[in-house]
Amino acid sequence: MAFTRTDAVATTGRPAAKVSPAPGRRRSGRWTALAFLAPLVVYLLVFYAYPLYRNIELSVHDYTPRAFVQGDPEFTGLDNYRAVLSDDAFLAALRNTAVFTLVSIALQYALGLALAVFFQRGFRLSAVLRAMFLVPWLLPLIVSASTWSWMLNSDNGIVNAFLRAFGIGQINWLTSPGTALLSVTVANIWLGIPFNLVILYAGLQNIPASLYEAAGLDGANAWQRFWRITFPLLRPVSAITLLLGLIYTLKVVDIIWIMTRGGPADASATLAIWSYREAFGTGQPDFSPAAAVGNLLILIAFAAGLLHVRLQRKEGSS
Amino acid sequence: MKNWRTGVGIVLTGVMLFPVYWMVNVSLTRTGDMRADPPHWFPWNPTFEGYAAALGQQLPALATSLFIGLGTVAVTLIVALPAGYALAKLLPRGTGAIDFLLLVAQMIPAVVMAMGFYAIYIRLGMLNTVAGLIVADSTLAVPFAVLLFRAFMAGIPREIMAAAQIDGAGTWRTFRSVVLPLSRNSVITVSLFAFLWAWSDFIFASTLNRSSDTIPVTLGIFRYIGNNTTQWNSIMATAVIASVPAAFLLVLAQRYIAAGVTAGAVKD
Repeated sequence: MAFTRTDAVATTGRPAAKVSPAPGRRRSGRWTALAFLAPLVVYLLVFYAYPLYRNIELSVHDYTPRAFVQGDPEFTGLDNYRAVLSDDAFLAALRNTAVFTLVSIALQYALGLALAVFFQRGFRLSAVLRAMFLVPWLLPLIVSASTWSWMLNSDNGIVNAFLRAFGIGQINWLTSPGTALLSVTVANIWLGIPFNLVILYAGLQNIPASLYEAAGLDGANAWQRFWRITFPLLRPVSAITLLLGLIYTLKVVDIIWIMTRGGPADASATLAIWSYREAFGTGQPDFSPAAAVGNLLILIAFAAGLLHVRLQRKEGSS
Repeated sequence: MKNWRTGVGIVLTGVMLFPVYWMVNVSLTRTGDMRADPPHWFPWNPTFEGYAAALGQQLPALATSLFIGLGTVAVTLIVALPAGYALAKLLPRGTGAIDFLLLVAQMIPAVVMAMGFYAIYIRLGMLNTVAGLIVADSTLAVPFAVLLFRAFMAGIPREIMAAAQIDGAGTWRTFRSVVLPLSRNSVITVSLFAFLWAWSDFIFASTLNRSSDTIPVTLGIFRYIGNNTTQWNSIMATAVIASVPAAFLLVLAQRYIAAGVTAGAVKD
């Protein structure tokens, strides 16, 4: 992490701090520090901790829309969780989440890495082209999602027109259960390539060129150089990239919701979509099961996050 | 050899950016040609009727988005700048808990945050307000901003701040007159991202602001898709206009973007 490097800067800068005088003044310095930190602490409590608490509270009550306004819901304990976990749709959503997430991050990573290696050795226009690759990541999701929707449109989409030229009949990308999940996954991979490219490219910059020169002298070809030098040395960056990808992809709502609304017949409904739809997607908001699904999603993300922290520690200590 | 790579690079970029090209192409296509088979690959006969319709209908939404974006930048900076300073310089030790909280904060799915905010706003009467949306959108940027400021400010040499203190400046004065000016680049990076995320936000807008008259442009496009699916040139024209901030960032502020993307993730 960049932060470990700057921590080191802070540590080397510490001798100057030794000059700072008397303990009394240090205590007032501490209060000053807390004053500077106070807005963030208040912010985290009010805008993160409290919504999270509300979410847990929602999930253990039976919140009807009326109870929502009047504030007198019935306490139901873990019933919502039980109902969610025993719902057939849960397993389907879990499977869709797994497919969507794993296929997305695997291909984003593979394509991002291939591109990063391609751009590793600079060439004419390489900086400009690399910058152009950021475009999908910078566009508002609604823009990308609606563009993909139109491209994949059954009757007038460019994708089907292109396939028709090869004699392939009409495919209902977004409206048939067999292809809906595939379609949103492809769009999501497209969205994620830039992020992977940028991070992996930055990681490649830190591999000493001398290693490649030495390998070249030993007669290693490009393939061997990649598998023996690039890939192993990039491992820490790869791990972080994949984990961040996992955490981000688990919670994706917009792209799927805009393209298919999780349909047809739940074919592209992930856990996040399920939660969103229960709470906001229908005329009848059902916040309690939605909150329960959302909390399960947090647990999954949290497990991934713990893995992230652990990897970071390991890298930091090595 | 070098030219070969450039050629491949151009082809790859072209494939990658094809959807963007297609968006622009469709935005310039006449309504009558929209369902042509095969579709027109190039707007030989361009029309700006889509843009006229988009600007006619979405101008208020664009203004709302602009306002929300700027508001989000302000909230983010007010919360994150002092915190970054405190974490980097005033409390260099014992900040592990805050780091952990900020990491966890970034993992919470937006839909969960949206439900939490909804439950709170419905009581406070803040549903469908621009202020409520600004606050919600700022949660997309604050953890990132604090971590970025902390990393940046930790690199400011202590000697510079010690010099200010010898000259009689208090902590606040040092922060304002020394640390802030030196942090200009990181402030720009954070502001750009906070603006872009707020501008692009769909989930908070579609949950906390869905029955409002003042909607941001993302919601405007979404409603557009729902209402008149025949006028894809207008939809795509709105999409092109909504992409302007991203294009602006790419052309004028590219180095700040790269700084932001890598800040959180790469160890050098």
